[in-house]
Amino acid sequence: MKYLEEFQNPELARGLLEDIRATVTRPWALMEVCGGQTHTIIRHGIDQLLPDEVELIHGPGCPVCVTPLEVIDKALEIAGRPEVIFCSFGDMLRVPGTDRDLFRVRGEGGDVRVVYSPLDALRIARENPHREVVFFGIGFETTAPPNAMTVYQARKHGIENFSMLVSHVRVPPAIDAIMNSPDCRVQGFLAAGHVCSVMGTVEYPELAARHRVPIVVTGFEPLDILEGIRRTVRQLERGEHTVENAYERAVRPEGNPAARAMLEDVFEVTDRAWRGIGVIPQSGWRLAERYRDYDAEHRFDVGGITTLESELCRSGEVLQGLIKPHECEAFGTTCTPRNPLGATMVSTEGACAAYYLYRRLGTPVTPEAIPVG
Amino acid sequence: MCLAVPGRVLEIEERDGTRMAVMDFGGVVKDVCLEYLPDLEVGEYAIVHVGFALQRLDEESARRTLDLFAELGLLTEEFGDPWEAAAASGAGEEAAR
Repeated sequence: MKYLEEFQNPELARGLLEDIRATVTRPWALMEVCGGQTHTIIRHGIDQLLPDEVELIHGPGCPVCVTPLEVIDKALEIAGRPEVIFCSFGDMLRVPGTDRDLFRVRGEGGDVRVVYSPLDALRIARENPHREVVFFGIGFETTAPPNAMTVYQARKHGIENFSMLVSHVRVPPAIDAIMNSPDCRVQGFLAAGHVCSVMGTVEYPELAARHRVPIVVTGFEPLDILEGIRRTVRQLERGEHTVENAYERAVRPEGNPAARAMLEDVFEVTDRAWRGIGVIPQSGWRLAERYRDYDAEHRFDVGGITTLESELCRSGEVLQGLIKPHECEAFGTTCTPRNPLGATMVSTEGACAAYYLYRRLGTPVTPEAIPVG
Repeated sequence: MCLAVPGRVLEIEERDGTRMAVMDFGGVVKDVCLEYLPDLEVGEYAIVHVGFALQRLDEESARRTLDLFAELGLLTEEFGDPWEAAAASGAGEEAAR
Protein backbone atom coordinates (compact mmCIF):
# COMPACT_ATOMS: atom_id res chain seq x y z
CA MET A 1 0.00 0.00 0.00
CA LYS A 2 3.03 2.27 0.11
CA TYR A 3 2.42 3.28 -3.49
CA LEU A 4 -1.16 4.29 -2.74
CA GLU A 5 -0.13 6.25 0.34
CA GLU A 6 2.09 8.35 -1.86
CA PHE A 7 -0.49 8.83 -4.56
CA GLN A 8 -0.85 12.41 -5.83
CA ASN A 9 2.52 13.12 -4.28
CA PRO A 10 4.64 15.62 -6.26
CA GLU A 11 7.77 13.81 -5.17
CA LEU A 12 6.46 10.65 -6.77
CA ALA A 13 5.62 12.56 -9.92
CA ARG A 14 9.15 13.92 -9.99
CA GLY A 15 10.55 10.44 -9.51
CA LEU A 16 8.50 9.04 -12.37
CA LEU A 17 9.57 11.89 -14.63
CA GLU A 18 13.23 11.37 -13.72
CA ASP A 19 12.87 7.68 -14.44
CA ILE A 20 11.35 8.42 -17.85
CA ARG A 21 14.21 10.86 -18.59
CA ALA A 22 16.79 8.31 -17.55
CA THR A 23 15.20 5.60 -19.69
CA VAL A 24 14.56 7.44 -22.93
CA THR A 25 17.34 7.54 -25.54
CA ARG A 26 15.45 8.45 -28.71
CA PRO A 27 12.10 9.87 -29.86
CA TRP A 28 8.89 7.93 -29.20
CA ALA A 29 5.29 8.79 -30.07
CA LEU A 30 2.63 7.42 -27.69
CA MET A 31 -1.13 7.65 -28.04
CA GLU A 32 -3.47 8.00 -25.07
CA VAL A 33 -6.72 6.49 -26.28
CA CYS A 34 -9.19 7.97 -23.81
CA GLY A 35 -10.51 11.53 -23.82
CA GLY A 36 -10.46 11.54 -20.02
CA GLN A 37 -6.72 10.89 -20.16
CA THR A 38 -6.27 13.68 -22.73
CA HIS A 39 -8.09 15.97 -20.31
CA THR A 40 -5.74 15.05 -17.45
CA ILE A 41 -2.64 15.40 -19.64
CA ILE A 42 -3.50 18.88 -20.86
CA ARG A 43 -4.96 20.06 -17.54
CA HIS A 44 -1.75 19.19 -15.74
CA GLY A 45 0.68 20.00 -18.52
CA ILE A 46 2.04 16.45 -18.46
CA ASP A 47 2.99 16.69 -22.14
CA GLN A 48 5.12 19.73 -21.29
CA LEU A 49 6.79 18.04 -18.33
CA LEU A 50 7.96 15.09 -20.40
CA PRO A 51 11.39 14.97 -22.04
CA ASP A 52 11.36 16.22 -25.63
CA GLU A 53 11.80 12.67 -26.91
CA VAL A 54 8.36 11.58 -25.66
CA GLU A 55 5.46 12.91 -27.72
CA LEU A 56 1.85 12.29 -26.72
CA ILE A 57 -0.68 11.93 -29.53
CA HIS A 58 -4.33 12.28 -28.60
CA GLY A 59 -6.54 9.39 -29.62
CA PRO A 60 -10.16 9.01 -30.66
CA GLY A 61 -11.45 8.07 -27.22
CA CYS A 62 -14.23 10.59 -26.73
CA PRO A 63 -17.61 8.96 -27.44
CA VAL A 64 -19.33 12.29 -27.89
CA CYS A 65 -16.71 13.39 -30.43
CA VAL A 66 -16.82 10.28 -32.60
CA THR A 67 -20.61 9.90 -32.84
CA PRO A 68 -21.30 10.46 -36.55
CA LEU A 69 -23.07 13.63 -37.65
CA GLU A 70 -25.62 11.40 -39.34
CA VAL A 71 -26.54 9.79 -36.01
CA ILE A 72 -26.82 13.22 -34.36
CA ASP A 73 -29.18 14.32 -37.12
CA LYS A 74 -31.26 11.17 -36.64
CA ALA A 75 -31.44 11.92 -32.92
CA LEU A 76 -32.56 15.50 -33.63
CA GLU A 77 -35.23 14.27 -36.05
CA ILE A 78 -36.60 11.74 -33.55
CA ALA A 79 -36.37 14.19 -30.62
CA GLY A 80 -38.47 16.75 -32.51
CA ARG A 81 -41.48 14.44 -32.88
CA PRO A 82 -44.47 15.36 -30.70
CA GLU A 83 -45.08 11.79 -29.50
CA VAL A 84 -41.48 11.30 -28.38
CA ILE A 85 -39.75 11.85 -25.05
CA PHE A 86 -36.08 11.86 -26.03
CA CYS A 87 -33.66 10.95 -23.24
CA SER A 88 -29.92 11.56 -23.42
CA PHE A 89 -26.81 11.95 -21.33
CA GLY A 90 -26.18 15.66 -20.71
CA ASP A 91 -23.03 15.95 -22.76
CA MET A 92 -24.88 15.23 -26.02
CA LEU A 93 -27.05 18.38 -25.68
CA ARG A 94 -24.60 20.76 -27.29
CA VAL A 95 -23.16 18.48 -29.95
CA PRO A 96 -23.87 20.18 -33.26
CA GLY A 97 -25.89 18.36 -35.89
CA THR A 98 -26.10 19.78 -39.38
CA ASP A 99 -28.12 22.84 -38.38
CA ARG A 100 -29.04 22.57 -34.69
CA ASP A 101 -28.50 20.63 -31.47
CA LEU A 102 -30.67 18.92 -28.84
CA PHE A 103 -30.67 22.10 -26.77
CA ARG A 104 -32.29 23.93 -29.68
CA VAL A 105 -34.79 21.10 -30.30
CA ARG A 106 -35.92 21.46 -26.70
CA GLY A 107 -36.23 25.24 -27.16
CA GLU A 108 -38.50 24.57 -30.12
CA GLY A 109 -40.82 22.46 -27.97
CA GLY A 110 -39.26 19.01 -28.20
CA ASP A 111 -39.52 16.91 -25.05
CA VAL A 112 -35.79 16.33 -24.52
CA ARG A 113 -34.81 15.07 -21.08
CA VAL A 114 -31.40 14.53 -19.57
CA VAL A 115 -30.90 11.35 -17.61
CA TYR A 116 -28.04 10.24 -15.41
CA SER A 117 -28.57 6.55 -16.15
CA PRO A 118 -30.26 4.71 -19.04
CA LEU A 119 -32.47 3.06 -16.40
CA ASP A 120 -33.94 6.53 -15.74
CA ALA A 121 -35.17 6.53 -19.35
CA LEU A 122 -36.83 3.16 -18.77
CA ARG A 123 -38.56 4.55 -15.68
CA ILE A 124 -39.82 7.51 -17.75
CA ALA A 125 -41.22 5.01 -20.28
CA ARG A 126 -43.07 3.21 -17.47
CA GLU A 127 -44.51 6.50 -16.23
CA ASN A 128 -45.58 7.65 -19.71
CA PRO A 129 -47.20 4.62 -21.36
CA HIS A 130 -48.84 6.74 -24.08
CA ARG A 131 -45.59 8.37 -25.25
CA GLU A 132 -42.64 6.89 -27.14
CA VAL A 133 -39.50 7.09 -25.00
CA VAL A 134 -36.22 6.98 -26.94
CA PHE A 135 -32.80 6.79 -25.30
CA PHE A 136 -29.65 7.97 -27.10
CA GLY A 137 -27.30 5.00 -26.61
CA ILE A 138 -23.78 6.13 -27.40
CA GLY A 139 -20.44 5.39 -25.79
CA PHE A 140 -17.54 2.97 -25.55
CA GLU A 141 -17.32 -0.37 -23.77
CA THR A 142 -17.85 1.35 -20.41
CA THR A 143 -21.26 2.74 -21.37
CA ALA A 144 -22.47 -0.14 -23.53
CA PRO A 145 -23.17 -2.63 -20.66
CA PRO A 146 -25.51 -0.24 -18.80
CA ASN A 147 -27.34 0.41 -22.07
CA ALA A 148 -27.47 -3.31 -22.85
CA MET A 149 -28.96 -4.03 -19.42
CA THR A 150 -31.61 -1.36 -20.01
CA VAL A 151 -32.76 -2.96 -23.28
CA TYR A 152 -32.72 -6.37 -21.60
CA GLN A 153 -34.91 -5.05 -18.78
CA ALA A 154 -37.28 -3.34 -21.21
CA ARG A 155 -37.96 -6.70 -22.82
CA LYS A 156 -38.04 -8.58 -19.52
CA HIS A 157 -40.69 -6.23 -18.14
CA GLY A 158 -42.61 -5.93 -21.42
CA ILE A 159 -42.11 -2.17 -21.77
CA GLU A 160 -43.04 -1.59 -25.40
CA ASN A 161 -42.91 2.21 -25.62
CA PHE A 162 -39.14 2.24 -25.11
CA SER A 163 -36.44 2.14 -27.80
CA MET A 164 -32.79 3.06 -28.15
CA LEU A 165 -30.87 4.92 -30.85
CA VAL A 166 -27.66 2.89 -30.68
CA SER A 167 -24.24 4.08 -31.85
CA HIS A 168 -21.76 2.25 -29.66
CA VAL A 169 -18.07 2.05 -30.50
CA ARG A 170 -15.29 -0.41 -29.58
CA VAL A 171 -11.71 0.55 -28.81
CA PRO A 172 -9.60 -2.39 -30.14
CA PRO A 173 -10.70 -2.02 -33.80
CA ALA A 174 -9.92 1.70 -33.55
CA ILE A 175 -6.39 0.88 -32.35
CA ASP A 176 -6.09 -1.56 -35.24
CA ALA A 177 -7.27 1.10 -37.75
CA ILE A 178 -4.85 3.68 -36.37
CA MET A 179 -1.94 1.24 -36.68
CA ASN A 180 -3.01 0.26 -40.21
CA SER A 181 -3.00 3.89 -41.42
CA PRO A 182 -0.04 4.65 -43.71
CA ASP A 183 0.40 7.98 -41.87
CA CYS A 184 0.53 6.32 -38.46
CA ARG A 185 3.29 7.55 -36.16
CA VAL A 186 2.05 5.84 -32.98
CA GLN A 187 4.59 3.49 -31.38
CA GLY A 188 2.86 2.73 -28.08
CA PHE A 189 -0.61 2.95 -26.54
CA LEU A 190 -1.91 4.01 -23.15
CA ALA A 191 -5.11 1.94 -23.15
CA ALA A 192 -8.26 3.38 -21.55
CA GLY A 193 -8.57 2.16 -17.97
CA HIS A 194 -12.33 2.09 -17.52
CA VAL A 195 -12.94 0.39 -20.87
CA CYS A 196 -10.64 -2.35 -19.55
CA SER A 197 -12.52 -2.44 -16.21
CA VAL A 198 -15.36 -3.91 -18.27
CA MET A 199 -13.56 -5.72 -21.10
CA GLY A 200 -10.39 -6.79 -19.32
CA THR A 201 -7.20 -7.09 -21.31
CA VAL A 202 -7.96 -10.19 -23.38
CA GLU A 203 -8.44 -8.29 -26.65
CA TYR A 204 -5.01 -6.65 -26.56
CA PRO A 205 -2.22 -9.29 -26.73
CA GLU A 206 -3.04 -10.16 -30.34
CA LEU A 207 -3.04 -6.47 -31.33
CA ALA A 208 0.23 -5.80 -29.49
CA ALA A 209 1.91 -8.79 -31.13
CA ARG A 210 0.60 -8.18 -34.66
CA HIS A 211 1.52 -4.48 -34.71
CA ARG A 212 4.59 -4.94 -32.50
CA VAL A 213 3.29 -2.14 -30.27
CA PRO A 214 3.29 -1.97 -26.46
CA ILE A 215 -0.15 -1.47 -24.91
CA VAL A 216 -0.23 -0.33 -21.28
CA VAL A 217 -3.60 -0.13 -19.51
CA THR A 218 -3.59 3.24 -17.78
CA GLY A 219 -5.78 5.12 -15.29
CA PHE A 220 -6.86 8.76 -15.29
CA GLU A 221 -5.03 10.51 -12.52
CA PRO A 222 -1.82 12.45 -13.26
CA LEU A 223 0.38 9.83 -11.61
CA ASP A 224 -1.46 7.05 -13.46
CA ILE A 225 -0.63 8.72 -16.76
CA LEU A 226 3.04 9.18 -15.83
CA GLU A 227 3.29 5.54 -14.77
CA GLY A 228 1.67 4.42 -18.05
CA ILE A 229 4.14 6.52 -20.02
CA ARG A 230 7.05 5.19 -17.97
CA ARG A 231 6.13 1.57 -18.65
CA THR A 232 5.45 2.16 -22.35
CA VAL A 233 8.79 3.96 -22.86
CA ARG A 234 10.60 1.20 -20.97
CA GLN A 235 9.13 -1.41 -23.31
CA LEU A 236 9.99 0.61 -26.40
CA GLU A 237 13.58 1.14 -25.29
CA ARG A 238 13.91 -2.61 -24.70
CA GLY A 239 12.30 -3.49 -28.02
CA GLU A 240 9.35 -5.16 -26.26
CA HIS A 241 5.70 -5.07 -27.26
CA THR A 242 3.55 -6.67 -24.61
CA VAL A 243 0.35 -5.80 -22.74
CA GLU A 244 0.85 -4.40 -19.23
CA ASN A 245 -1.72 -3.42 -16.65
CA ALA A 246 -0.76 -0.22 -14.84
CA TYR A 247 -4.29 0.25 -13.42
CA GLU A 248 -4.58 -2.93 -11.37
CA ARG A 249 -6.74 -1.35 -8.69
CA ALA A 250 -9.62 -1.08 -11.19
CA VAL A 251 -8.79 -3.56 -13.96
CA ARG A 252 -8.79 -7.34 -13.74
CA PRO A 253 -7.58 -9.37 -16.73
CA GLU A 254 -11.05 -10.82 -17.31
CA GLY A 255 -12.79 -7.45 -16.86
CA ASN A 256 -16.37 -7.78 -15.68
CA PRO A 257 -17.67 -11.14 -16.99
CA ALA A 258 -21.33 -10.39 -16.22
CA ALA A 259 -21.18 -7.16 -18.20
CA ARG A 260 -19.41 -8.83 -21.11
CA ALA A 261 -22.02 -11.61 -21.21
CA MET A 262 -24.83 -9.05 -21.37
CA LEU A 263 -23.06 -7.20 -24.20
CA GLU A 264 -22.91 -10.43 -26.17
CA ASP A 265 -26.59 -11.12 -25.57
CA VAL A 266 -28.01 -7.71 -26.47
CA PHE A 267 -25.59 -6.38 -29.08
CA GLU A 268 -23.83 -7.67 -32.16
CA VAL A 269 -20.60 -6.35 -33.63
CA THR A 270 -21.00 -4.20 -36.74
CA ASP A 271 -19.01 -1.83 -38.93
CA ARG A 272 -19.37 1.69 -37.55
CA ALA A 273 -18.63 5.18 -38.89
CA TRP A 274 -16.61 7.46 -36.59
CA ARG A 275 -17.19 11.20 -36.94
CA GLY A 276 -14.39 12.74 -38.99
CA ILE A 277 -12.66 9.38 -39.51
CA GLY A 278 -15.05 7.24 -41.52
CA VAL A 279 -16.05 3.61 -41.28
CA ILE A 280 -13.88 1.32 -39.16
CA PRO A 281 -14.69 -2.37 -39.72
CA GLN A 282 -16.18 -4.25 -36.75
CA SER A 283 -15.74 -1.16 -34.56
CA GLY A 284 -19.27 -0.81 -33.26
CA TRP A 285 -22.23 -2.52 -31.69
CA ARG A 286 -25.85 -2.50 -32.79
CA LEU A 287 -28.83 -4.23 -31.23
CA ALA A 288 -28.92 -7.94 -32.04
CA GLU A 289 -31.71 -9.16 -34.29
CA ARG A 290 -33.78 -10.52 -31.38
CA TYR A 291 -33.83 -7.01 -29.83
CA ARG A 292 -34.64 -5.23 -33.11
CA ASP A 293 -38.05 -4.12 -31.75
CA TYR A 294 -36.16 -1.85 -29.37
CA ASP A 295 -34.09 -0.22 -32.13
CA ALA A 296 -35.20 3.40 -32.60
CA GLU A 297 -33.83 3.42 -36.17
CA HIS A 298 -36.17 0.51 -36.87
CA ARG A 299 -39.15 2.09 -35.07
CA PHE A 300 -38.77 5.57 -36.60
CA ASP A 301 -38.11 6.08 -40.29
CA VAL A 302 -34.79 7.95 -40.17
CA GLY A 303 -32.84 5.75 -42.59
CA GLY A 304 -32.86 8.39 -45.35
CA ILE A 305 -30.89 10.99 -43.38
CA THR A 306 -27.43 11.66 -44.81
CA THR A 307 -25.10 14.49 -43.93
CA LEU A 308 -22.05 16.53 -44.90
CA GLU A 309 -19.34 17.45 -42.41
CA SER A 310 -17.99 21.01 -42.14
CA GLU A 311 -15.11 21.50 -44.57
CA LEU A 312 -13.39 23.82 -42.10
CA CYS A 313 -13.40 21.31 -39.24
CA ARG A 314 -10.32 19.10 -38.99
CA SER A 315 -11.46 17.12 -35.94
CA GLY A 316 -11.09 13.88 -37.87
CA GLU A 317 -7.37 14.51 -38.24
CA VAL A 318 -7.16 15.45 -34.55
CA LEU A 319 -8.95 12.24 -33.59
CA GLN A 320 -6.47 10.16 -35.58
CA GLY A 321 -3.47 11.93 -34.09
CA LEU A 322 -2.43 13.42 -37.45
CA ILE A 323 -2.54 17.03 -36.21
CA LYS A 324 -2.69 18.73 -32.83
CA PRO A 325 -5.77 20.90 -32.13
CA HIS A 326 -3.93 24.23 -32.44
CA GLU A 327 -2.65 23.25 -35.89
CA CYS A 328 -6.21 23.61 -37.22
CA GLU A 329 -6.79 27.03 -38.80
CA ALA A 330 -10.23 27.31 -37.16
CA PHE A 331 -8.97 26.50 -33.63
CA GLY A 332 -9.77 29.31 -31.21
CA THR A 333 -10.98 31.61 -34.00
CA THR A 334 -14.03 30.39 -35.89
CA CYS A 335 -14.18 27.32 -33.63
CA THR A 336 -14.52 27.72 -29.85
CA PRO A 337 -16.49 25.90 -27.12
CA ARG A 338 -19.21 28.58 -27.49
CA ASN A 339 -19.33 28.14 -31.25
CA PRO A 340 -17.95 24.68 -32.05
CA LEU A 341 -17.51 23.46 -35.60
CA GLY A 342 -16.93 19.88 -34.53
CA ALA A 343 -17.45 17.63 -31.57
CA THR A 344 -13.81 17.62 -30.41
CA MET A 345 -14.44 21.24 -29.41
CA VAL A 346 -17.93 20.86 -28.00
CA SER A 347 -17.28 17.89 -25.75
CA THR A 348 -15.33 18.64 -22.58
CA GLU A 349 -13.51 15.37 -23.19
CA GLY A 350 -12.53 16.42 -26.69
CA ALA A 351 -8.89 17.19 -27.42
CA CYS A 352 -9.72 20.60 -28.93
CA ALA A 353 -11.75 21.68 -25.88
CA ALA A 354 -9.00 20.47 -23.54
CA TYR A 355 -6.43 22.54 -25.45
CA TYR A 356 -8.74 25.55 -25.52
CA LEU A 357 -9.49 25.36 -21.80
CA TYR A 358 -6.09 24.53 -20.38
CA ARG A 359 -3.35 25.22 -22.84
CA ARG A 360 -1.33 28.16 -21.65
CA LEU A 361 1.40 28.24 -24.26
CA GLY A 362 4.62 29.71 -22.99
CA THR A 363 3.78 29.06 -19.35
CA PRO A 364 6.38 26.78 -17.81
CA VAL A 365 4.91 23.80 -15.97
CA THR A 366 6.68 22.19 -13.04
CA PRO A 367 5.95 19.01 -11.06
CA GLU A 368 4.57 21.26 -8.31
CA ALA A 369 1.74 22.11 -10.70
CA ILE A 370 0.45 18.56 -10.30
CA PRO A 371 -2.19 18.84 -7.58
CA VAL A 372 -1.69 17.12 -4.28
CA GLY A 373 -4.70 14.92 -3.44
CA MET B 1 -19.90 10.91 -19.86
CA CYS B 2 -16.97 8.56 -20.29
CA LEU B 3 -16.01 9.43 -16.74
CA ALA B 4 -16.59 6.72 -14.18
CA VAL B 5 -16.69 7.79 -10.55
CA PRO B 6 -15.92 5.84 -7.36
CA GLY B 7 -18.80 5.59 -4.92
CA ARG B 8 -19.59 3.93 -1.57
CA VAL B 9 -22.56 1.67 -1.00
CA LEU B 10 -24.99 3.03 1.61
CA GLU B 11 -27.96 0.68 1.14
CA ILE B 12 -28.88 -2.31 -1.02
CA GLU B 13 -32.36 -3.47 -2.03
CA GLU B 14 -34.16 -5.52 -4.66
CA ARG B 15 -36.34 -3.34 -6.90
CA ASP B 16 -38.53 -4.95 -9.59
CA GLY B 17 -36.28 -7.99 -9.49
CA THR B 18 -33.15 -5.87 -9.97
CA ARG B 19 -30.39 -5.52 -7.40
CA MET B 20 -30.02 -1.81 -6.69
CA ALA B 21 -27.93 0.27 -4.29
CA VAL B 22 -28.00 3.77 -2.93
CA MET B 23 -24.43 5.04 -3.28
CA ASP B 24 -22.56 8.11 -2.08
CA PHE B 25 -20.24 10.02 -4.43
CA GLY B 26 -18.46 12.57 -2.28
CA GLY B 27 -21.77 13.87 -0.92
CA VAL B 28 -23.94 13.29 -3.98
CA VAL B 29 -26.28 10.32 -3.49
CA LYS B 30 -27.51 8.28 -6.47
CA ASP B 31 -29.31 5.04 -7.25
CA VAL B 32 -26.95 2.49 -8.76
CA CYS B 33 -27.65 -0.85 -10.43
CA LEU B 34 -25.62 -3.74 -8.97
CA GLU B 35 -26.50 -6.38 -11.58
CA TYR B 36 -22.92 -6.41 -12.87
CA LEU B 37 -21.40 -6.55 -9.37
CA PRO B 38 -24.03 -8.50 -7.44
CA ASP B 39 -21.84 -9.40 -4.47
CA LEU B 40 -20.95 -5.78 -3.64
CA GLU B 41 -21.82 -5.07 -0.01
CA VAL B 42 -22.75 -2.05 2.11
CA GLY B 43 -19.64 -0.01 2.93
CA GLU B 44 -17.67 -1.21 -0.09
CA TYR B 45 -16.48 1.02 -2.94
CA ALA B 46 -16.92 0.54 -6.67
CA ILE B 47 -16.34 2.37 -9.91
CA VAL B 48 -19.73 3.54 -11.15
CA HIS B 49 -20.60 4.67 -14.64
CA VAL B 50 -24.02 6.00 -15.73
CA GLY B 51 -25.69 4.40 -12.74
CA PHE B 52 -24.02 0.98 -12.91
CA ALA B 53 -21.34 -0.43 -10.61
CA LEU B 54 -18.68 -1.93 -12.88
CA GLN B 55 -15.67 -2.85 -10.74
CA ARG B 56 -14.70 -2.99 -7.05
CA LEU B 57 -12.19 -0.47 -5.78
CA ASP B 58 -10.29 -0.28 -2.50
CA GLU B 59 -11.33 2.52 -0.16
CA GLU B 60 -8.13 4.52 -0.24
CA SER B 61 -7.81 4.81 -4.00
CA ALA B 62 -11.55 5.51 -4.24
CA ARG B 63 -11.27 8.40 -1.79
CA ARG B 64 -8.23 9.86 -3.51
CA THR B 65 -9.90 9.71 -6.91
CA LEU B 66 -13.05 11.36 -5.52
CA ASP B 67 -10.97 14.16 -4.00
CA LEU B 68 -9.20 14.73 -7.30
CA PHE B 69 -12.42 14.72 -9.31
CA ALA B 70 -14.00 17.18 -6.87
CA GLU B 71 -10.97 19.46 -7.17
CA LEU B 72 -11.15 19.38 -10.97
CA GLY B 73 -14.88 20.13 -10.93
CA LEU B 74 -15.59 16.82 -12.65
CA LEU B 75 -18.21 15.79 -10.07
CA THR B 76 -20.24 18.90 -10.91
CA GLU B 77 -19.88 17.98 -14.56
CA GLU B 78 -21.06 14.43 -13.90
CA PHE B 79 -23.89 15.17 -11.48
CA GLY B 80 -24.74 18.85 -12.05
CA ASP B 81 -27.62 20.26 -14.09
CA PRO B 82 -26.65 19.84 -17.75
CA TRP B 83 -29.31 22.30 -18.94
CA GLU B 84 -27.71 25.03 -16.87
CA ALA B 85 -24.27 23.99 -18.06
CA ALA B 86 -25.40 23.99 -21.68
CA ALA B 87 -27.11 27.36 -21.31
CA ALA B 88 -24.02 28.83 -19.63
CA SER B 89 -21.85 27.66 -22.48
CA GLY B 90 -24.09 29.33 -25.03
CA ALA B 91 -25.43 26.20 -26.70
CA GLY B 92 -27.98 26.86 -29.37
CA GLU B 93 -27.23 30.59 -29.48
CA GLU B 94 -25.33 30.48 -32.72
CA ALA B 95 -27.93 28.31 -34.41
CA ALA B 96 -30.72 30.57 -33.15
CA ARG B 97 -29.26 33.71 -34.71
